[in-house]
Amino acid sequence: MTVPDAGSRLRIYETMRTINLTDERVRGLLMSGKIAIIYYSPRGQECIPAAVGAALEPDDYTVTTYRGIHDSLAAGASLEEILGEAFGKATGTSKGKGGPMHLSDPSCGLMATTGIVGGGLPIANGVALASQLQDLDRVTVCYFGDGATNIGAFHEALNMAAIWDLPVVFVCQNNEYGEYSPRMETQKIERISDRAASYGMPGVTVDGNDPDATYRVAAQAVGRARAGEGPTLIEAKTYRFMGHLFGDQMPYMPQEEYQARLAADPVPRYRALLISDGVATGAEMDGIDARIGAEVDRAVQAALDAPMPDASELFTDVYSEVRS
Amino acid sequence: MSTRDITFAQALNQALDGELARDPSVFLLGEDIVDPAGGVAKVTLGLSGKYGRKRVRESPISEQAIIGAATGAAMCGMRPVAEIMIADFYAVCLDQLVNHAAKLRYMSGGRTHVPITVRGMSTGGMMFGAQHSQMPEVWMAHTPGLKVVVPSTPADAKGLLTAAIRDDDPVVCIESAGLYATKGPVPEGEYVVPLGRADVKRAGSDITLITYGKTVQDSLDAAEQLAGEIDVEVLDLRSIVPWDAEAMIASVTRTRRAVVVHQAVERFGVGAEISAWLTRELWGTLEAPVGRVGGEYTPVPYSPELEAAHLPSPARIVKAVRATCGF
Repeated sequence: MTVPDAGSRLRIYETMRTINLTDERVRGLLMSGKIAIIYYSPRGQECIPAAVGAALEPDDYTVTTYRGIHDSLAAGASLEEILGEAFGKATGTSKGKGGPMHLSDPSCGLMATTGIVGGGLPIANGVALASQLQDLDRVTVCYFGDGATNIGAFHEALNMAAIWDLPVVFVCQNNEYGEYSPRMETQKIERISDRAASYGMPGVTVDGNDPDATYRVAAQAVGRARAGEGPTLIEAKTYRFMGHLFGDQMPYMPQEEYQARLAADPVPRYRALLISDGVATGAEMDGIDARIGAEVDRAVQAALDAPMPDASELFTDVYSEVRS
Repeated sequence: MSTRDITFAQALNQALDGELARDPSVFLLGEDIVDPAGGVAKVTLGLSGKYGRKRVRESPISEQAIIGAATGAAMCGMRPVAEIMIADFYAVCLDQLVNHAAKLRYMSGGRTHVPITVRGMSTGGMMFGAQHSQMPEVWMAHTPGLKVVVPSTPADAKGLLTAAIRDDDPVVCIESAGLYATKGPVPEGEYVVPLGRADVKRAGSDITLITYGKTVQDSLDAAEQLAGEIDVEVLDLRSIVPWDAEAMIASVTRTRRAVVVHQAVERFGVGAEISAWLTRELWGTLEAPVGRVGGEYTPVPYSPELEAAHLPSPARIVKAVRATCGF
């Protein structure tokens, strides 16, 4: 198997690092009491959207779920707007009216973020259906967690995507926990990708913490979708470092498992791999990290300094015309 | 405008046909809607033959996937018309409709919007039992972001459905199956009834019956029975959201008495909202509390005598009108 080219690998790393540092800053603000928001950390899952995103074209579409700040960043949404939205500011992606569970930015193809487990899959089908009906060769990527594969919408959506050959790639970020429950207590199958067989679509399991492998699998699925060959279910295996939501003490996660997964943190691991493969020198990586750190700091500060939405915004965007 | 007498179902078909022909972004999806079946009530008959199965799409029995597909496509420039076969089945896809289609414009700060039309039949009074007889308009009306229309005549059916398809917000069009076979004059060619405009179906001076959908005819029958005794105005709301506040205020300011009539369960229904609102707006003008006639607070029963006892009827409307006028 070939690895992605050096440019793609560096781009994947930069996206992972941006997600990683953004998450660190947000958690820092929460811990210091500077902000008080509901926060679903993507820490540990940086690789998946970074690698999948590198396999997409700029006008492809993304639909994601409440643990989706990493997916939104990888889709190309503005960090300052994402943080603005998370902080409830007028400068947010949704003028502060959606919150971090409802990020959207159609200018980069990020069409919807749902707070309902599994709720994004039927909508991703519709986005893909529009491309199909409009004869555009755009692909839609839909991210969701392992817990979403137990809800009815998953079944309905995969069946419909299969019968209509929709250009959609379903990417399950299997982090082994659905809220506060271990996955294997809520489903009986070891490989989630096996479920694809019952819809007549390919299913593939990949180490979602291995960017090169994830990129290859994603590129193949995206290629199939773009060629009109229909959907694919990708199970990208990963791990949640910060529990379900900020403040989760994670008593239900075995310590030994947790420590082992932390030790295999995909972000520094990929950094080291790129250095050893000669993609960048250690000094160059330091430079990249410093640049991203400065960008994240600037975006965090801008979002913190931004104004709250005007009270008049309460009544706008309910309908196409304003009603009181 | 030249008209032709056609059925309610044919009028809906004309609206769909007209919009499919006019706008390439319009497409239909739903269960059994393609030919030769042409829909369980034949509302979509002939359309898949005329426009092809790409634009008139048969879907699996998957209400969540139907509404989700419509919603996603609508966000990307399409104008889908999704059929939910029977109104009770909205319960199966309320997450997609209420949590997604209705709220995406707001949750995205206006960056996305969802111009979908969801249409299908409501039943009741047909011995279909508790899961195939409900009127669900209040489920939608209580969700900011959705619009709800309930036509009562073939002409309104054509005009309202056309307006719904052209609207930039999600619109639910509830069609009373009991009206599908009723005939009436329908304008030929393009015909639009703007959302939010009520229609006086019978003018009167003593009391206003505010109603919509199937109970418009029940209200007209009651008005006829009361002719000579009480002069009843029948105001057909036609759309619940947005509703025609001006028309209701104008009519009830004149008649100073009102009864709201709907097939849905009376308690917590649209009538409760209208009653509370009119009471506040016209306090001092009203001669009596605003009356309400709706379904009894039970699931819809099967046996015909029980079902008749559950549903509003001209007799119950007459009784409510007399009570309100004798107050």
